[in-house]
Formats: sequence, C-alpha cells, structure tokens
Amino acid sequence: MSKKFREGANPMNKFFSRWKTMLMCASLLIAIVACDVRTASALPTSKVIAIPAFARKYGLPCSACHTAWPELNNFGQVFRDNGYQLMNDRDSPIWQNPSYFPISFRITPSWHRETANNQVFDAAGSISGGGIGAVTQSGFDLSGMDLWSAGTIYKNISFVLLPSSDPTAVWHFESAFIRFDNLWHSPWLNVKFGRFELDNLISEKRFLFLSNNGGIYQIYHFNVPGDSNNFGYGDNQIGVELAGHSANSYTRYSVSVLSSNEGGVNFTTDVVPGAPPASRSYDVNLAFSQAFNAPGPPGESGFGQERIGAFAYIGQRPTSFQTLDGQPLVGIDNKPFYRIGFAADLSYKNLELLPLFMYGHDNPYLGITPGTSSTLPTLPLGAQAPTFYGGFLEAHYYFNPQNVALARFEQINVGQQSFNNLAAGASGSNGNITAFSFGYRWYPIMFSRGGVALDGEYSRVRTIGQEPLSGDGDGTVAVPNAAVWSSSIYFGIDFDF
Amino acid sequence: MTLKKFAVTFALGSAVLLTAGATRSTAQSHVNSPDPLLGTPSVATETSNIDGVTGHAESGKHLYRRFCIGCHGPDGNGQGMNAQWIDPQPRDFTEATFKCRSTPTGTLPTDNDLYNAITRGFVTTNMPSWRPLNPQQRADLVAFIKTWSPRWAKEKPGASLNIPPETPITIESILHGRELFQKLECWKCHGPTGNADGPSAATLTDSKGNPIKPFNFTTGDRFMCGDTNRDLYRIFMTGLDGSPMPSFADVIQPNDAWDLVHFLRTLQVALPNQELTLWQSYKAAHGKDLKPIGPDSAGGAQ
Repeated sequence: MSKKFREGANPMNKFFSRWKTMLMCASLLIAIVACDVRTASALPTSKVIAIPAFARKYGLPCSACHTAWPELNNFGQVFRDNGYQLMNDRDSPIWQNPSYFPISFRITPSWHRETANNQVFDAAGSISGGGIGAVTQSGFDLSGMDLWSAGTIYKNISFVLLPSSDPTAVWHFESAFIRFDNLWHSPWLNVKFGRFELDNLISEKRFLFLSNNGGIYQIYHFNVPGDSNNFGYGDNQIGVELAGHSANSYTRYSVSVLSSNEGGVNFTTDVVPGAPPASRSYDVNLAFSQAFNAPGPPGESGFGQERIGAFAYIGQRPTSFQTLDGQPLVGIDNKPFYRIGFAADLSYKNLELLPLFMYGHDNPYLGITPGTSSTLPTLPLGAQAPTFYGGFLEAHYYFNPQNVALARFEQINVGQQSFNNLAAGASGSNGNITAFSFGYRWYPIMFSRGGVALDGEYSRVRTIGQEPLSGDGDGTVAVPNAAVWSSSIYFGIDFDF
Repeated sequence: MTLKKFAVTFALGSAVLLTAGATRSTAQSHVNSPDPLLGTPSVATETSNIDGVTGHAESGKHLYRRFCIGCHGPDGNGQGMNAQWIDPQPRDFTEATFKCRSTPTGTLPTDNDLYNAITRGFVTTNMPSWRPLNPQQRADLVAFIKTWSPRWAKEKPGASLNIPPETPITIESILHGRELFQKLECWKCHGPTGNADGPSAATLTDSKGNPIKPFNFTTGDRFMCGDTNRDLYRIFMTGLDGSPMPSFADVIQPNDAWDLVHFLRTLQVALPNQELTLWQSYKAAHGKDLKPIGPDSAGGAQ
C-alpha cells in the first residue's frame, strides 16, 4: 500500500481522509478473516450447525449442484427439473424424515460505494453551490434477505416458498409455487403453478453479481424511454408452466401462461401494496434449449457441455382503465408486445461464456404514457412502435470450485424511439445502455451444511439521457441527451445456511 | 483520490487478500483448500476406456473435487465431511473393493463396471445417478478413481462374466429357484419372503465392520447393480465384494442361476412382473402344497 495512502489514513496526518481510514481498517479486518477464516469464524470443518436445505438432505457439497452457488450446473438443473429429486430413495417426502427441516437463509452484509454523475443537486451544508455533478454515497450495508423453503411433499410433488425482504425488512413473496412432476411417468410433462422465475437459460435469480449496478441484467428490465410497459424478463411472473426435459435435461422446453401483471398479486401489478390494478389478460412465455457435448482435441477430455436456447414472450399491457370516481379499477384496452431472443451457456474447460441477445417490440400505444381514466387513448402525432435490441456476454473463469472470476459486458440500443418527431437536439440513442462489470468470488467455506462467499465487484453503467436502471442516482438527469455514468464498488460476504 | 485510483487500489487489494487467504487456507484445511487433491499419485498418466471414450485422471481430479469429495473424501477413503451422516458409508477407493462388477469376486472391476456404477447410482444409498454428467466426464472420473489404490498398477481387472441367454420363464423354473433359495440359505439374510428380515439380517456387517442391511425384495426397489434379470444374475454370480453377499459362481450352474433369478422376481410384490404373475396364479391353485421357506423346511421347499 502506498505511502500516500497510509498517510491519508492517519488521523494525525494533514492529508487525513476519513474514508481512507475506514478502508484501511476494513482491509485489515478482511485480511485477518481471509487469512485465518476458520479460526476467525470459529467454524469446525464438519460440525456446522447451519444447514442449506437440499445439501443437508442429500449430503452433497454445494459444488455438486452449482458451478458456483447460486448458479446451477447441469446436475443441479436435472435435480431441479425432476422436482427437486435425485430419483433415489433419499427423495422421501419431508414428513418422513423429522430431522430434515427444509429452510435456508441468505443475506449479504456488504460495503459498497455508489456514484452517479450528471445529476442535479441543491446547495446545502458544506456544498457551496448546487448544480450538476456526481452524487456519491458509500458505507456498510445489508442486502435483502431470502428465507427459502423448498422440498418434496410427496413423490413427484414439490414446492418452493420464498419470502424475500428488502434491506428494511419489507417482505413479499418472491416465489411461491407447487409443482407436479413426471406426470404419466414422463419427464416431458411437469406442471408448475404459482409465482416463479421464467424458464431463463441464463437466470438472473441465480447469478453471481451482487452490486447495485452489476446485480441485474439490464436487458431483462429494459424498456424504451417513455414506454408504459412495466414488463421485465427477469422478474418473477405468476401463472402456470408446463415443462419437460430429457432424462439428463439436455433437451428442455417450457410453455407458461401468465397473468399480464408482472407477477403482481391481489389483481395488481406488483407484490407490494399500492400498485395499480392489473388487466384481465394473459401472457405466454416459450423457452427451448438443447445441450450437447463438445469434443476436445485428440488425447484430451472434451471442452464440456454446451447449451443453446431460444425464448419468446408474447404479452399484453393495458392502455387505459375502467374507473370509479376517476380511480382505476381494472386495466383495459390491452395492447401487445413481445420479446424474443436466444442465449447460450458455453464451456471451454474452466471458462464459461454466457451470451444472450434479445429483441423487444411494443405496440405504439404502449409507447405513450397511459392515462388512468376511461378515455380511449389516441396516438399522438409521430407515435411509433418502440423497439430495442441488445444483450450481454458474461464470462466466468473457475480456477477451482471455490474461486471464480467474473466479467460481463452489456449493450442495449433503442431501435426505434416512441416518437419519430423528436425535438430538435434530441438523440435517437436516448436510453441506450452500455455496462461492464467484473468481480471475483471466493468460497472459503463450502460444506454440505453451509456456505460463505467473499464477493468483490466493480460495475459501471452508462445510460444516454436517462436515469439508470440500476445504481443510486437521485433520479434527475441534469443534461438531457448526455450520458449518465453510474458505478458501483462492492465488497460483500455472501452467506447462506 | 480519483475514482480510477480507488478502483485500482481496490482491485489490487482484493487480489492480494484473496491470494493470501487462499494460500493460507491450503496449509490449514485439506477439504477447503483450493487444491485438496495435490498429493494424489499418478494422476497425469491414469486413463480409462469406456466404449471408445478415453477418460483422463487429470480431468477427473477436478470433477472428483467438485462432485465426490464431500462423501468419498480428499483421500478417497470414504471419509469425506458428510460420511458421518451417511448410511451406508461411502465407498473407500483406497481398497479398490467394489460391489458392482462383471468380474469374479476378489478381482478389480472393469472400467465399464465403474462407469455403469457412476451412471446408475445406488438407489438405496446416498449415491445418486451421475447421468447428468456427460460420458466424457464420467470416464474421467473412472480414470481418477483408479489412482487411489496401488492395486490398479499391479493388477488387471478380472475377465467379464459371460452371461448365457436367459432360460424360459416357467413355473418349473420358479419352483426350482425357490428350492435353491432355501438350499443356499438366501432366506437367512433376505428373509423367507424377501423382506430383509432373515435371522442373520441384524448381525450383518460389511468388510469394514459397519452394519449393513440385506436387500429387501418386497419394496420393488431397483437392485444394487441394475434392474434387469441379467443384472440380478450377475450379482449373485460375482457377489458384492465388501459386503456379506458372496459369489455363487462356484456353487450353482448357469441354468440354476436363471431359475433363482426367476424366483427372486416373485418376491418383488410391489413391482409387477411376468414371474410374479405366473407365480401368483400357481400359488392360488397350489398354495396349500407349498412348504414354507425357512428353518423348518430343510430338505426342500416344495
């Protein structure tokens, strides 16, 4: 560490800086823990009390089902596709084994720093003048908490219940479904009913990034600026799914019929109170993927399993509402949209590549902000169908099951803005996103009873003329059409038990 | 400090810390170290050959660490961190004694035997089917498993058992098999009805002294080493090494073995099968003439 840095961390030094001191202390603390994690945590190697649900049930290490938890490998995928069963007699329903309690907890204490530029702020406190600039915040923090319960109720009948909170302990049901597997003794017929993640080949719920900016796939939540469509491909939806797979899950398909309400409950468009009412329509999601083994050069083992897949989501959203006294009751005048794309999970020995491409198209009516009255919407002059395209390429390098390096590049371009008569000076690239993230995860503890991962990340997102989807800006873009950079530096201790 | 400098400092600091942690961890923890299998002998050279797929131990080592180490342990001796909770205990690879073989008792199994065991799993144990791993990965694991015992360097696997064509399923065959079940005293462990409740069942131990249960035919579960009549034939002609189940290859002739197979199928009352159907209709007509299996029937079951 440089002399300049050490001086800055010394309170007696004229170059003293508070954050340097804190970072120095945090680094020392981390070094102690990292160098002697077993002693520091007082965890014996084989007597950890905390227990991840499935690992305890089957006595398998995390790495059996996860490339690096929470991301699934093919063994984990087959287990999941079979309704959380290994298809041996250890699948016994939970009521037959009183020692098994199918609950896992997951939360991530962290330190992170968030910055967004091109923001507007006031003159206040020691800030001599308001204006335009960067808003930066940093400190120790908590993630939300997952209280995850899942298991078999009876042979081929399983469930997942996932109450999840934000960091202030406001709870909602992230996932809640029951599934019936191997109907008519066929792995090609499985039904899931409730609220669940779409059958994404690249799952956002199981990925390895945690920071504010890196912790989402931008394309999974993107809509063209001004578009009223609230759909996000990465958001859990509510409905019923028919899915099937070959014995080794190399071939997989799913067809879902979902309420057109973004996974909302109580006939609203969200899982928390106060959301607008939903419409009465339904969406459909289709997904298919095929895996194959890539042979290696002569005399060597193969490169690994390669999987490619395609998906399509066809949905509707309301453009006006049936009302009472001006208050919306039910969404009506639905207009269509769709998302199509393809993705892959490619392996080259220890390197894993996850490319995804998506194209989105909305009806022109969705491109205008809807009213909340019963007035039928009228397309303004210049209104057109908003479209976008883009995706990401993510890479994981597994030094071994306990150490993985991560990197991701994302690019989203607006193909067609909601209006073709943009004001003078307005940019056709308004809303475009470019993002890159990299990180490293180390799993010093990877038992069949619990897991800890140290997660370090840096992520940077550029959004043209818009408030970023991620990060901690103040939500006000100071200079329209100019780029907003939002960046995260993150260190967290991810644990689940 | 600018953001750029901060980011560089953070990245370098994290890298140093993680490296230090990983290095220290290697010295402290065998199971959780980045490479707990460093000391494995002959890893680079051992191979397997399964129907044209060549497995490499070096690749298998990484797979073993990911999938197998929790039960079979970093030393391959079946003493992984989960072993204390597992019944029956995980296989000790350092002994190179395997239950499911196509080779004579006391000999090493073939690569295919190990491959099939990994692929199939063992339905009444914690060992799942590893079919989700691709054939190359399973072959790599076979190659690596062979590095745990020096026997693989000194001995060759035994010759695979030649299984003759199955004899017709007849009531005479089943009745003869029933006689053999009595005569060979299979019932002492498996019980007169195949319910794993024979008089010796509670006393059985494996070769390491751990209690072991005989197979319960009545549940309809898959057999330890497969689910076909040929698999069942193979099991009692090769025995399950390391368990009390002996080889009967020197005791009975092939036709007798098929008769025994046909009778054992009738004990699988929870699994509809041809032998059971035939046997139930015979028993309905002649049940009163059948002597019960057990100690009182010495001299013949019929």
